Amino acid sequence: MSFAEFISMGGYGLYVWSSFGMTALLMIGEVVILRRQRRTIIQRLCRMSRIEKRPGATP
Amino acid sequence: MAINWFKYASPATFYPLAGRMIPWFAWLAIILTLFGLYWGFFETPSILTDQKQYYRIIFVHVPAAWMSMWLYVVLAGWAIIGLVFNTRLSYMMAAAVAPTGAMFTFLSLWTGAFWGKTSWGTWWDWDPRMTSELILLFLYVGYMALHSAIDDTRRADRASALLAVVGVVLVPVIFWSINCPDPNQCAALHQQSSFKGVESNILLAMLVLSIAFWMYSFAVAFMRVRNIILERERNTQWVRELPEVCE
Amino acid sequence: MFQTFKTVLARDILLATRRRTDVLTALFFFLIVISLFPLGVGIESEVLRRIGPGVVWVAALLASMLALERLFASDFADGTLEQMLLVPQPLGIVVFAKVTAHWLLTGLPLVLIAPLIGLQYHLPGATQGVMMLALLLGTPVLSLIGAIGAALTLGLRGGGILISLLVLPLYIPVLIYGSGAVSASMMDGAAVQAYLFILGAFLLLAVVFSPWATAAALRISVE
Repeated sequence: MSFAEFISMGGYGLYVWSSFGMTALLMIGEVVILRRQRRTIIQRLCRMSRIEKRPGATP
Repeated sequence: MAINWFKYASPATFYPLAGRMIPWFAWLAIILTLFGLYWGFFETPSILTDQKQYYRIIFVHVPAAWMSMWLYVVLAGWAIIGLVFNTRLSYMMAAAVAPTGAMFTFLSLWTGAFWGKTSWGTWWDWDPRMTSELILLFLYVGYMALHSAIDDTRRADRASALLAVVGVVLVPVIFWSINCPDPNQCAALHQQSSFKGVESNILLAMLVLSIAFWMYSFAVAFMRVRNIILERERNTQWVRELPEVCE
Repeated sequence: MFQTFKTVLARDILLATRRRTDVLTALFFFLIVISLFPLGVGIESEVLRRIGPGVVWVAALLASMLALERLFASDFADGTLEQMLLVPQPLGIVVFAKVTAHWLLTGLPLVLIAPLIGLQYHLPGATQGVMMLALLLGTPVLSLIGAIGAALTLGLRGGGILISLLVLPLYIPVLIYGSGAVSASMMDGAAVQAYLFILGAFLLLAVVFSPWATAAALRISVE
């Protein structure tokens, strides 16, 4: 089976790869979004703790 | 062996536990996905000859559809536990599962459309299973919409949990009514699903990918619940002392 | 307990008679939606007879849903609802009385006006009777299920549109068997019974479980 044959999926390539492509896109996308969200939250926590540690800050 | 489950019901103890479990589930998901894809694409050419290659859509379609339904049960399960024991973590788990469930519901509709186009010649048909899946998507959206519409977290958690419980009670009625719109001849319309007709290599790939999606759901739900915990507990001492939060 | 039911019911109906527009809006919304369909899909009597049952039920769903927002809203706004949560009688009874009043004012008019719609859509006489009966069994279920949604979204910004998102998917069984009964009556009168039994079963289950769930939702929302 050649690479071109594999991609064409017996003429159904568009259908098969659209299904797998969307699945991969969403599942990987979800992980990426969650990691970015986590980074943002941690950055905000850092800023908050820096503000509180600043000398003269009112607790 | 008696495990004190309530010990893990505290966000502070669950947060690191979830963090330790994520890599396990993530690696399991990756390995099983690779194996399932390999088996689905390279161990089935003799059965799935040219005219039947579209059949491979089923390797993502069926797992996505199964997970979409299972995750709604999981969501309602956490909602019930939350309402009964009043544990905050259960509500957080319910909220963490919902977006993943909605995503799988959408995926099963998307892949189902391509499956329908290739095998039945139509993108959409009011087939009972497709209709049920569409309604399931609406139920997920309703849960998330209610949760995000309420500002007070405690009320948001409990109100959407109650909605999930009402939903899971009515889901069998809804699905049944979609399945047999005419009560006088219900049996004729009922769709049969069985593994018997499915070739064993195809079945193997399908089942392995289903387990892979399940493990993925664990990993992603734990990632999201950790975010939710950090977000909600940001004013507590233990969050400030976490190693990942800079000194 | 029955006394509580009667008092709340009488009070809600009295309040509604002071604000008659609320009752009439739902009814006229129903009539307008139903009158728009023939303009959209064509006025051939064959087409109208086919879509009639579905249109009536979809319009009934929307009309009863529109009226839901006001079910608890005014009592919540003036603090009466909080007082109701404190009464020694079970909250479910109070809720059931309020929903009954709500149905009498917004659901029952739809049932009574159904023959008029039957004429608009050229439905045969026997079908009109079945339609009234099906609406009589089905619209209380809509009010009862909708009450849960109304209680959950109490006092939220954009609560009205949110209710529709929560409640409409749950209305599907009533829609299917309600319009199924009307359609079936045009083909074979004997087949109708099964539909009406199912709608009746829905009504019984809704009467038992919905006030209880609505009460729980109210406690969550008001607390």
